[in-house]
Amino acid sequence: MELTTVWFVVLAFLWTGYFFLEGFDFGVGALLPVLGRNDTERRVLINTIGPVWDGNEVWVVAAVGATFAAFPEWYATLLSAFYLPMLLILVALIVRALAFEYRGKRVDPTWQRRWDRCIVFGSVVPAFAWGFVFGNLLAGLPIGADKEFVGSLADLFTVAGLLGGLTTLTLFLLHGAVFLALKTTGEVRVRARALAGRILLAAVPVTAVTLAAAGQESWAISAAAIVALVAAGVANARGREGWAFLGTGAAIVLATATLFVLLFPAVAPSSLADANSLTTTNAAATPYTLSIMSWAALAFTPLVLLYQGWTYWVFRKRIGVRDIPPAAGAALTRVAQ
Amino acid sequence: MDQLDLARWQFGITTVYHYIFVPLTIGLSALTATLETAYVRTGKEHYKRAAKFWGKLFLINFAIGVATGLVQEFQFGMAWSDYSRYVGDVFGAPLAIEALLAFFLESTFLGLWIFGWDRLPRWVHAACMWIVAVGTMLSAYFILAANSWMQHPVGYRINPESGRAELTDFVAVLTNSTLLSAFPHVLFACFMTGAALMIGVSAWHLSRRRHVEVMRPSFKLASWVMLVAAVGVVLSGDMQARIMTEQQPMKMAAAEALYDTVAPASFSIFTVGSLDGGDEILSIRVPRLLSFMATGTWDGEVEGINDVQREERAQYGEGDYRPIVPVTYWSFRLMIGFGLLAAVVAAGLLALTGPPGRWIRKLWPRRLRPSDGETVPRWVWRAAVWAIPLPILGNSFGWIFTEMGRQPWVVYGMLRTADGVSPSVPASTVSLSLTVFTLLYAVLGVIEFRLLRTYAKAGPEAPAPARDPDDDGPDDGDDGHRPDAGENADESAERQLAFAY
Ligand code: HDD
Ligand code: HEM
Ligand code: HEM
Repeated sequence: MELTTVWFVVLAFLWTGYFFLEGFDFGVGALLPVLGRNDTERRVLINTIGPVWDGNEVWVVAAVGATFAAFPEWYATLLSAFYLPMLLILVALIVRALAFEYRGKRVDPTWQRRWDRCIVFGSVVPAFAWGFVFGNLLAGLPIGADKEFVGSLADLFTVAGLLGGLTTLTLFLLHGAVFLALKTTGEVRVRARALAGRILLAAVPVTAVTLAAAGQESWAISAAAIVALVAAGVANARGREGWAFLGTGAAIVLATATLFVLLFPAVAPSSLADANSLTTTNAAATPYTLSIMSWAALAFTPLVLLYQGWTYWVFRKRIGVRDIPPAAGAALTRVAQ
Repeated sequence: MDQLDLARWQFGITTVYHYIFVPLTIGLSALTATLETAYVRTGKEHYKRAAKFWGKLFLINFAIGVATGLVQEFQFGMAWSDYSRYVGDVFGAPLAIEALLAFFLESTFLGLWIFGWDRLPRWVHAACMWIVAVGTMLSAYFILAANSWMQHPVGYRINPESGRAELTDFVAVLTNSTLLSAFPHVLFACFMTGAALMIGVSAWHLSRRRHVEVMRPSFKLASWVMLVAAVGVVLSGDMQARIMTEQQPMKMAAAEALYDTVAPASFSIFTVGSLDGGDEILSIRVPRLLSFMATGTWDGEVEGINDVQREERAQYGEGDYRPIVPVTYWSFRLMIGFGLLAAVVAAGLLALTGPPGRWIRKLWPRRLRPSDGETVPRWVWRAAVWAIPLPILGNSFGWIFTEMGRQPWVVYGMLRTADGVSPSVPASTVSLSLTVFTLLYAVLGVIEFRLLRTYAKAGPEAPAPARDPDDDGPDDGDDGHRPDAGENADESAERQLAFAY
């Protein structure tokens, strides 16, 4: 395989890892007010992802950084074309990151309610926006002969973008609900399982329509994604939470795979002329840079997988309302008085 | 303002803002890890309380460092797409490796550290913070490799077909002379920043004689770190100045607002009057110092702005190659001034708390003299709180100097800043994002400042009662079991997480 193809696969891998991992913590964040009926329950939800969400988020930093290194033209075109959606994603990720850390730092319902809103906004927006970006990307962008985006914001409001956004949103909500069923005890767990069943009713048709509309060449992978979703639904209904989580995870992996299979060998197809499309070859860095990057990836990726896996092992226990200690801010209030 | 100016303001604001939190992260992670190691090795409770306390302040700061770092990663592509196309082959690699090697380490092991107090053996827990600290330093190294390449491009060729830079020697990029002097300079400056926070907060508590058993050792540790780091900053800065004179003579000339080549050259501490080569009204000068900084000899020749401008015009064609001189002149001085003032504070406090304090004590005027048994008057402790922002200011002005002194180039001698912006992004869009980032950052800055202040003032947790569940690590098998509590309390104490958001 050529190095450019290898790096296309590596990027597919990084985005898949990102959607799989941050997918469930976007879901958890988005479901905060739905599944968390009081403050302690909301804290149960947040603490299921507490130790890992930041590590999950670095997958997107790595994906974007690797795009810059391996396909500089792709990085430049993608981010400048989607300038405003990216701005929205950044704002969402910023307020979300701070909300997790700061929410419990004061015992004040108004303070907490505001940060809760930030978590919901910060989870729903990127969950939709990433699908919106990739849906549009796959459908083709107005890219001129110099590889610059020549369209405007209006060109991004397409059916493909909308479908892509709805797909990632529903898949991540489902993935999050199933994750919560797997990681919590008590009422939250029961509610999460019931809700997952209902979200599934939306996720299956939305995903099926989107994958069918995206292209038929990869029908086998698309079909497998749908099968995985349905299987997740069955497992969830039977209370097999681990299997259900693997099912929604597999669906996300397969849906992302569909995207990259359909994209290849282009990385950003042009809707104006085929010759303008960015491809794995004309957007790539030089073979020398790619080989440096390959060594780096070969050396460090297994290490990352190993220690991130270990974190999940350390925090493998389910948590429930009884596990939640008084908020850190509570001790503070006592000191201040 | 046109699109270029807006994009520049956006880059400057978001980067300087990110860099308020970065040095605190780098400095505090290592200091916290040191205190926790002291706990693991001695078993003394107050070291643990210290590690937890500084760790908490560190986390409040870290969150905003991460949040603002994300913007950095994206904005080269968003606002500087032509720059990204032109240098991506060289510039992308260190950035990607930074994420793969450093950011994963930092974020994963920090998660383990925050939530792992009762899940990990003590020494593993302390090791997690050390790994975080190493991660932050690795991240500094790789991002500085990228930045140093912009200051002094090495290990590349220009592809005649595409007209773009291509990497030919990655080792050269990682051993760039500019990088090898900038990395220690930045790292030492980061330690000064972390130490200043620790000194300032400790001083606040010591002025009230609160939490003395935690604050004394913290203050001592931080003051020594500050002094050593300050020496390191000066030595590495001196090295940088010499390299800079060689590689970017215009920047050195602009740092002194020196218009005509002279030998030997004096260094002005400050100047009143114009910096445009006209007459100055007042200027305090140290003879020959600039010669020494720039060349390492006391009578070396330093090139002036006009002469460099002439040379660069001959080399690169028509154009104005001069940065904004008042900005470079003052930012250079403010960097050194603010930074070293912090070191002076640390030195003074160490002297007062150490043996010299006993005889200095007698020299104070009666009204200012410390009370009995003390060697440091309260007002001195209170004043020391103001050391906190000094290295942060030094750092910001250092970057403003480095980056503004390189203008009009974004990659020195290769690509002009004006040629780097995204052609497809209209000015209105950039002004929108600039407004959003500025407002958001302002609000977040206020929130973070207040939280940090509240938590700093609250001080460390009270010493644990004899059988606190925290006290026995999981290594003795019973996971914080509290033998004397009642049935129900027993169960919940066993279940509760040591930390939860
Ligand atoms: C000298 C050190 C240094 C410098 C010059 C910069 N950073 Fe930074 N950055 C760090 C040192 C650092 C750090 C210490 O590693 C941070 C700070 C707080 C943190 O959480 O990690 C960080 C966080 C951070 C993150 C978030 C990582 C995460 O999600 O965990 C990103 C994406 C960047 N940075 C990217 C950048 C870029 C593209 C920069 C160039 C303009 C930049 N940083 C300047
Ligand atoms: C590493 C930490 C960095 C800091 C703290 C920093 C800081 C700054 C500052 C203060 C300016 C001047 C702002 C102004 O002119 O208003 C600037 C300009 C600039 N820097 Fe850096 N910079 C850093 C790294 C980088 C890196 C890695 C790049 C890579 C592209 C970069 C690209 C630029 C660009 C494109 C400008 C020109 C726009 C402008 O003049 O504002 N900088 N930077
Ligand atoms: C005598 C003391 C110092 C000297 C001689 C010195 C020298 C320098 C020089 C020459 C540069 C520019 C390098 C370049 O553009 O190529 C620089 C940059 C910088 N300085 Fe200093 N400096 C001193 C003290 C400080 C202090 C006290 C701090 C902060 C606490 C500081 C923080 C920085 C930072 C953050 C940069 C930008 C990053 C870089 O280019 O390395 N410096 N310094």
